[in-house]
Amino acid sequence: MTDADPVRLYRTVRLIRRFEERAVELVHGGQIVGGIHPYLGQEGIAAGVCAALGADDVLAGTHRGHGHVLARGADPARMLAELCGRVTGLNAGRGGSMHAADFSLGVLGANAIVGASGAIITGAVWAHRRRGRDTVGVSFFGDGAVNEGMLLEAFNLAALWRVPVLFVCENNGYATTMPVAGAVAGSIAGRAAAFDIPAVQVDGQDPETVRVAAAAAVDRMRAGGGPELIEARTYRFDVHHTFEHAVRLDYRPPDEVTRGRARDPVRIQGERLSAVDRAAVDAEVEATLDEAVRFALASPQPDPADALAYLYASGMTARTGGG
Amino acid sequence: MPRLSYRRALTRALADELARDEGVFLLGEDVEVGASMVTTGLAKRFGSDRVRDTPLSEQAFTSFATGAALAGLRPVIEFQIPSLLFLVFEQIVNHAHKFPLMTGGQCAVPVTYLVPGSGSRTGWAGQHSDHPYSLFAHVGVVTVVPATPADAYGLLVTAIRHDDPVVVFAPAGAMDLREDVDDLTPVPLGRGRIHRFGDDVTVVAVGHLVHDALAVAEELAGQVSVEVFDPRTLYPFDIDGLTESVARTGRLVVIDDANRACGMAAEIIASVVERVRLLAPPRRVTRPDGAVLPFAPALDRAVQPSRDQLATAIHLTMKDET
Repeated sequence: MTDADPVRLYRTVRLIRRFEERAVELVHGGQIVGGIHPYLGQEGIAAGVCAALGADDVLAGTHRGHGHVLARGADPARMLAELCGRVTGLNAGRGGSMHAADFSLGVLGANAIVGASGAIITGAVWAHRRRGRDTVGVSFFGDGAVNEGMLLEAFNLAALWRVPVLFVCENNGYATTMPVAGAVAGSIAGRAAAFDIPAVQVDGQDPETVRVAAAAAVDRMRAGGGPELIEARTYRFDVHHTFEHAVRLDYRPPDEVTRGRARDPVRIQGERLSAVDRAAVDAEVEATLDEAVRFALASPQPDPADALAYLYASGMTARTGGG
Repeated sequence: MPRLSYRRALTRALADELARDEGVFLLGEDVEVGASMVTTGLAKRFGSDRVRDTPLSEQAFTSFATGAALAGLRPVIEFQIPSLLFLVFEQIVNHAHKFPLMTGGQCAVPVTYLVPGSGSRTGWAGQHSDHPYSLFAHVGVVTVVPATPADAYGLLVTAIRHDDPVVVFAPAGAMDLREDVDDLTPVPLGRGRIHRFGDDVTVVAVGHLVHDALAVAEELAGQVSVEVFDPRTLYPFDIDGLTESVARTGRLVVIDDANRACGMAAEIIASVVERVRLLAPPRRVTRPDGAVLPFAPALDRAVQPSRDQLATAIHLTMKDET
């Protein structure tokens, strides 16, 4: 089930990279309001993990979630339209950057509450398996989430009930501005060990390394194993959120940033391709994103009269707020 | 005509829905043994895959239920203590409730949160005696507070079948009520019920207080003709039904066993006076502002709305003719 093709893995990291760079431009241009949490630098993790998944699997991501949605195969045009708040967006313009979801692909949403996805994915995987599917799930979270009780409770439930969830910690060194050393007593892998959850640390900057680790974990889970944890060491190349492009926050030493950016997942995976293959992928990605931007910006804005459409799945309606 | 207790009505509703729909499952603390005496016997009948004890991890199992609902099941969670809802307010509001809109209609989250024994149980003190239903009405989560065994059955069944999250408060003050019941049927959400017709004043009573309101109405029968309106569902609220009642009586008193500020009584009064010109200012009987239920029984009772307070409020509204 695992997709080991290096060209497709490169395409995924390249797509996420260029998507994010274009999204940042659209933030600066005012076409995306509210800003974004760019996934720049962390592309190898979403790409590597999603390459190890099958069609029935489910995942949930984070506020820094564009990469997970794109790596799972969501349409970049509809994803970008979502960021631009258009009706053609994945969530009909109701979710935006932090809540992008594509249930048709098992993407149960980016989730903007830190540490929230673990229990949701555990429940979803348990339910799918009860209905006879061979589903495994992935819960992506950052290093900040490992101090959230809700996530640790989810570790316990998943381990106790042997629900095959791959907990993927994207350790980029900072929870917003708080360094891991200032926030995490013990270790991330140690938290997994406390629940007898097997854990590995991998180089999150190498997409292939991540893919191999994820594929091995997924194989064990499909063979009847319980949850596992991967701590992917990574570095966020840019800001926590694009508001930092306007307000400089001083928390990462410049030489650390330089060192961190030197290990680039797009370059690392790209070097595994011939120059010709790489150029072909790059050109195809650029064309795809040209079309995505055109599609997003040409798409209609939602009608304010429908602001609370979809509030209730049951079709209930809410009272209006006017006098 | 079989006699049914409120508690057994809840058990019956759970059993019937577990039997009817394979997607329904029950989750909670001590539900296999049935510590609340509501889930008694269900684990034996349906197995631990359908009736499942959880560790004391309210936040995780509440979101676990959200995930299971996203995958097509219909979880029911039992919370033994109403105050646990404060602990999982985030999971219910930020996730279960918001998912359908935030995803642009890609999903439904049909979870039922059942709280058997909400409000005061006498002697359970500050952290076990809240009645936080107005919080859920405020955020727009379907909120029901059945007053009778038949409504407890019918509303719980409807809640489980409903495609959005529903919180079902079963007040401790109603759990041991019994009534003769011929026919157990689903009760629609958002539809109130007039338990007693009257001409002079409409009393809206929430949950177990319906029975106090009926007792007061009987007591005052020679002097004031009291109509007793039981909303049954607090959100969505049957404002049309209540408006029709108050338009006839011209007066409104609300009795609500929850704190006063921003409570359901305030919302009910505001919703009515937006529509109806009353003959006298409306009145409400509630717990005090910011009430924390004190332990000693006399103090516990002192902060809960009483029949005397209701009778006084009715008399005042009758005198207050404008």
